[in-house]
Amino acid sequence: MKPGSIAIVGAAETDRLGVLPDHSALSLNIEAARNALHDAGMTPADIDGIASTGFATGEVAEALGIRTRWVDSTSVGGCSYFLHVRHAAAAITAGMASAVLITHGESGRSRVGEPGLNFSPSSGMGQFEMPYGTAGFVTMFTVPALRFMKEFGVTHEQLAGVAVAQRKWAHPNERAFRRDLITVEDVLASKTIAYPFHQAECCVVTDGGGALIVTSAERAADLPSRPVYILGTGESTTHSMVSQMEDFTTSRAFRDSSADAFREAGVGPADIDHLMVYDAFAHVPLYGLQDLGFVKPGEAAAFVAEGNTEPGGVLPMNTNGGGLSYTHTGMYGMFAIQEAVRQVRGTAAVPVPDVELSFAQGVGGMFSTAASLVLAAERP
Amino acid sequence: MPKTKFLPKPTPETRPFWDAAAQGELHIQRCVTTGRFFFHPRPCSPYVFDGAVEWVKVSGDATLHSYNINHRPAWGFEDEAPYAIAVVELAEGPRMMTNIVGIENTPENLVLDMPLEVRFQERDGVVVPVFAPAEVTA
Repeated sequence: MKPGSIAIVGAAETDRLGVLPDHSALSLNIEAARNALHDAGMTPADIDGIASTGFATGEVAEALGIRTRWVDSTSVGGCSYFLHVRHAAAAITAGMASAVLITHGESGRSRVGEPGLNFSPSSGMGQFEMPYGTAGFVTMFTVPALRFMKEFGVTHEQLAGVAVAQRKWAHPNERAFRRDLITVEDVLASKTIAYPFHQAECCVVTDGGGALIVTSAERAADLPSRPVYILGTGESTTHSMVSQMEDFTTSRAFRDSSADAFREAGVGPADIDHLMVYDAFAHVPLYGLQDLGFVKPGEAAAFVAEGNTEPGGVLPMNTNGGGLSYTHTGMYGMFAIQEAVRQVRGTAAVPVPDVELSFAQGVGGMFSTAASLVLAAERP
Repeated sequence: MPKTKFLPKPTPETRPFWDAAAQGELHIQRCVTTGRFFFHPRPCSPYVFDGAVEWVKVSGDATLHSYNINHRPAWGFEDEAPYAIAVVELAEGPRMMTNIVGIENTPENLVLDMPLEVRFQERDGVVVPVFAPAEVTA
């Protein structure tokens, strides 16, 4: 892909996020898709490619009457939508599709029409992790954190500081699920979910959806919406079970996917105005800051504690409040991309001034898959 | 019906691990070419393409690599919460998830890199390897 030759021309979330027991997972996908089509000034007749996770790919195409000639159901967890954007860009470049609709909808909280996750007792996780009392993502994704904290001297106060910094972004944002300003003391006094993680250091659990439309920059020029250009992308997967992550202090998938995205875009961390790092739990942005090269190994916790990622900081990060405060349906990646698009367009609830380049980093599975996007306001 | 702990269902590739555990032994695989151990069980060496692999009884010595302490117990773990979900590093190199027994699971007691040794617990007919502080006798 030539940097800037592909653009996101439609981006929208469901009308509401949060607790939506009146919506099924499918209806959240469809509502998000309709909103994104309206945003792009397109109709289903303009779409010939579709991407989503699990059941949604076929059901959304059927529901909207989309005649598809390109389909991607890549399901690698919460960053799947990052991979869909990358694959869509490749497909459009190769002439396999001209305009791709990517949808997410998940009834993560209300569990309405939600297929959910089932792990077989004969899977790796079923044999070598679940017998030890794992109980959902919070008990697995968090396992590397104490090793990270020991190796880099990260304090419990600094881990809590990630949640505090992101809440400052969520506070003025009416669509955020958790908005009350909090202190480090508040976080440490809140309920322990899985030591060392307190409730505020774990993502919210919500219902919602989002959708994107990707097409060529040439076609974007004829559409009424403001295009956001894709400069670089990357993806990587390294393992399945969190216990088998090769190094608990760094994610190779983060390093590799981000390096590819930076290389393709021809930019580096110093060029980035705005950063999203998928934060299912408070330690993930610390890995992101280090593994993507924004700070040196061991510097991330202090970087956040010093206010650099907060409103007014040098590197605004997770500016919707993130998974910790804004929303987290289960596969949050779609919302990280949505916020990156809004910041580049200048339409975010809490806008960062003059965002030319945004970097979005996704994670999926048990710290096992990663994907990266470099998005730009202008075509280079 | 009482909810019970999640039990593993072996596959042909993993059967030797579970059969050994049932006999109170920890067996893992080794790459024959390089001599390097690996976990979890699989039918190929992660180090040498097409390299032969073999099952070996290992020492059961380990250190505590990382963990969390889960306050929202899984089915069958209600009486044990809060309990640690730990990853240990075997003396032979590979890491595996486990539970820590023989010591109250508190942040003060569970110090990273502390020496551990394998124990075996029967759970509804399935024997799973767990680990205890090395200085505690079984």
